[in-house]
Amino acid sequence: MTEFLDKLPIGIPGLDLLASGGVPQHRTTLVSGTAGAGKTLLAAQFLTEGIRAYDEPGVFVTFEETPDDIRRNVQSLDWDIEQYESDGTWRFVDASFDLGRDAVVVGEYDFGALLARIEHAVRSIGANRVVLDSIGAVFARFSEAGAVRTELLRIAAGLRVMGVTSLMTAERRTDYGDLARFGVEEFVADNVIVLRNALEEENRRRTVEILKFRGADHRSGQFPFTIQPGQGLVVIALAGLELTQPSTNSRVTSGNRGLDTMCGGGYFRDSVVLVSGATGTGKTLMATEFLAGGAAEDERSIIFAFEESRDQLFRNAAGWGYDFAKLEAEGLLRVVCAYPETMSLEDHLVLMKDEIDDFRPHRIAVDSLSALERVASLRSFREFIIGLTSHIKHRQMAGFLTSTSGSLLGGPTITEGHISTLTDAIILLRYVEMFGEIRRGLAVLKMRGSPHDTRIHEYSIDGEGLHLRAPYRNVVGILAGTPSHVPSHELDEVASMFGDDSIANTRVGMTDPDSIGG
Amino acid sequence: MTMPSYAFQLYVSGDTPRSHLAATNLRQLIESAAADDYELEVIDVLERPDLAEQQRILATPFVIKTSPAPSRRVVGDLSDLERASRALDLHQRKTVS
Repeated sequence: MTEFLDKLPIGIPGLDLLASGGVPQHRTTLVSGTAGAGKTLLAAQFLTEGIRAYDEPGVFVTFEETPDDIRRNVQSLDWDIEQYESDGTWRFVDASFDLGRDAVVVGEYDFGALLARIEHAVRSIGANRVVLDSIGAVFARFSEAGAVRTELLRIAAGLRVMGVTSLMTAERRTDYGDLARFGVEEFVADNVIVLRNALEEENRRRTVEILKFRGADHRSGQFPFTIQPGQGLVVIALAGLELTQPSTNSRVTSGNRGLDTMCGGGYFRDSVVLVSGATGTGKTLMATEFLAGGAAEDERSIIFAFEESRDQLFRNAAGWGYDFAKLEAEGLLRVVCAYPETMSLEDHLVLMKDEIDDFRPHRIAVDSLSALERVASLRSFREFIIGLTSHIKHRQMAGFLTSTSGSLLGGPTITEGHISTLTDAIILLRYVEMFGEIRRGLAVLKMRGSPHDTRIHEYSIDGEGLHLRAPYRNVVGILAGTPSHVPSHELDEVASMFGDDSIANTRVGMTDPDSIGG
Repeated sequence: MTMPSYAFQLYVSGDTPRSHLAATNLRQLIESAAADDYELEVIDVLERPDLAEQQRILATPFVIKTSPAPSRRVVGDLSDLERASRALDLHQRKTVS
């Protein structure tokens, strides 16, 4: 039987979730990663959060950078180490290399002085947390790797006797392969966290993985994280999200009466709707109506626009008779515009969650996902969608996502392929070429948990918005992008073949086609 | 009374065989170079971790030759006397009358 160890919260919510509560208490955990993976930051955050959230003082033993470097490097994160130092909650043990104090090695030695200094620092401020960053630098200075290993093991044992919980960072050469140079993992291998900053399809992807916690529970696998100003590491714990959101049967308006009817009475309150269509088919208009429909019911909405600027968006809305500026002033709307390329998808997700948590909207629209897809690997993109949709459901918001299909006349898009299973409803907008004329068709492809109109309706767009009209009859192949006209008498023949004379009129439809829309 | 020509600090951690070996080796080195014209201060870092902190010492035993200048720093039990004497810049004066 395994004895489960007590955990000490790191103070990084997502990471603590993965770690099932934190790092093993009174133990040393190895943090392994390549240069620039975020090891020093994690170490500093472990102490900072300890001070801020748990009132636990900490000691930072630095082998590589000087205390000044570290103080300066975390200033951008708004962590005031100097303040903590004068409060007596943070103390450095400076073991960084100093050329003027370099010593020649003659004979055998131990790290008794370092251990004594750490213990002195721990006792003097009553520290609970200790970090050692990074032990690779020690190996660089003392050539006998075997001796250094033994001495570091002694330090780990000494830290345990002191009753502190510690992180030891170690450099590795590659993101995969040996955990650390110099065989360090062999002695602190009980608990290992790996940080990676791997190149994936031309994008840097930061992930954290808890490789093992001896005798303690944790989640396995790599999870993306980002580094945020003022927050430090923010871990996106996807697998940690549980599908326990209560589901509701209450409906919200799509902002378009005709569409509400097609959907069987509107979207579900906590559902995510995906609208896919070629450029110019009216996706942004539908998003606008979705937001305005919410505002009409006194619901707050937020839109994340990745394709159009604020001005463009406001101008478009005004063109359809909606005053976004007024809605914003009334607190019913928040418009967040960003260029997808300005940051990684993980950063976008974190910022979006922050905006959502701050504004607490009832509705959220994203226009468009395709713009975001451009800047990420497929895997990152899928994780982003999972993270976003679960956040939407967790908050019981109605979500509205748009996706631009590549070809004008239909056919599948990559976006759809990757996210269709994650959304509750899918609406397709298609150009329909008939008799030398371009018309438009709308189909509700999927509506989870609800009957809906399965026919393809024609729609038009004018200065008042989107108007649904009668379903297409006598046309096949619209979704495939190859519409062709079928003479009425042929449809009648098909109908008579199956002994069902209603096929040409209302196949599975639930509403009178002529009553829909304006 | 004049100041001794040579001054050393020896940092050790605890009363261990390694500490004694380093002290013995150091004394032998110094005496063969400076007879009794020296001062040796032995500091146990377990009692004075603040001094180890001041000097930013990681490993023990640790020797600092503070005088004459320039100062020299050596880590280890000094078991290789020849290398140790070179590292501390101590010239043997066996033939001095």
